[in-house]
Amino acid sequence: MRHLMNPLDFTVDELDRLFDLANDIEKNPSKYAHACEGKKLATCFYEPSTRTRLSFESAMLNLGGQVIGFSDAASSSASKGESVSDTIRVISCFADICAMRHPKEGAPMVAAEKSGIPVINAGDGGHQHPTQTLTDLLTIRSLKGRLGGFTIGLCGDLKFGRTVHSLINALVRYPDINFIFISPPELKVPDYIIEMLNEKHINYEEVIGLEECMSKLDLLYMTRVQRERFFNEEDYVRLKDFYILNKAKMAMAKEDMLVLHPLPRVNEISVEVDDDPRAVYFKQVQYGVYVRMALILTLLEINI
Amino acid sequence: MLNVGKIEEGFVLDHIEAGKSLSIYHHLQLDKLDCMVAIIKNARSNKMGKKDILKVECDIDTLNLDVLAFIDHNITVNVIKDGELVDKKDLVLPKEIKNIIKCKNPRCITSIEQELPHIFVLADEKNEVYRCKYCEEKYNRRDFE
Repeated sequence: MRHLMNPLDFTVDELDRLFDLANDIEKNPSKYAHACEGKKLATCFYEPSTRTRLSFESAMLNLGGQVIGFSDAASSSASKGESVSDTIRVISCFADICAMRHPKEGAPMVAAEKSGIPVINAGDGGHQHPTQTLTDLLTIRSLKGRLGGFTIGLCGDLKFGRTVHSLINALVRYPDINFIFISPPELKVPDYIIEMLNEKHINYEEVIGLEECMSKLDLLYMTRVQRERFFNEEDYVRLKDFYILNKAKMAMAKEDMLVLHPLPRVNEISVEVDDDPRAVYFKQVQYGVYVRMALILTLLEINI
Repeated sequence: MLNVGKIEEGFVLDHIEAGKSLSIYHHLQLDKLDCMVAIIKNARSNKMGKKDILKVECDIDTLNLDVLAFIDHNITVNVIKDGELVDKKDLVLPKEIKNIIKCKNPRCITSIEQELPHIFVLADEKNEVYRCKYCEEKYNRRDFE
């Protein structure tokens, strides 16, 4: 039985197979419409995340399966003090696969250690968010036609942004990738990621201004500064509008540069950018459903 | 001068930093073993001035000494069999340590679920860096007190 805790849990070859499956689902959705009949997905969300939860639920429903779960800790037995280990042992009796989001880092791994069913990490605090990474990789692979051989700018909250950390860890396995980290000094990429890039001799730059690197980018990954990651409200208010991507900045970019964003977006991408064909963040959401469908099938070992 | 007799089979842990022997006694979980242990504190040492020594009479296969390398790799491990010194063990950093250090990341699941073991995995042997198994918080062995 396999779990997904980290994007690195799958090899590059396994990811290729997963993405091929996701692309086949995209082309032939009816072929998979009954693939998970009789199976249940439990969405155990200890913190609210409508988007990720609905994406998982939509994925399971598209496969003909059913969904149970809770959407915040207050409506779960965690409010009575039950441990994650106990909860997953109970959930294992109800469902065939579980997607877990938890505000504490490592909680899904604790669950996986005791679980009788595959566990998918649907985000654990500021740590990992592997299905977002799979979504990002599938979007890039589908729209660029390749993974590797590009310069990617990651912009915004690179300190607490788990989607960014997961994406970097996943991309370093592909050839010829240059990273440009665009963030205010307070929200720089953590040291351990920089150390890892140095060890692997991967090119990266750290810059503060978005304008200065726009023309170099093949991909721009924007992120939101998240209020829930700050202990101090003042820091959040000061940093939340540090970057705003607008038409003027897009005019500096390559014609085939793609803009991705894990969503929800607040102010960091102006709505005037939405109609630009290079803005693919809503397509990205659709790819998120396809990749979660492919992941559920893979972890349940269902072959169609 | 205090004399402690020879042991037949077991370990003599020498060159322990003075005052650390009790901590090592607990980390090796010797309190849970039904064996004879001599704890010698503040013994005179030419090399260290003062040192602690632990003599443990036990089957040499029963004790996992890997954790010693994490605590202090300057400790000398003498292996005794039939009353004779048969080996001096080289200490190698353990791949994983359990409940030796605590994860200090307030966002880690171990911060709220008290019954969880604090497990750290060796991430970088050269720089003696460990990471929390759950949240990947970094811990440098050189910071161990």
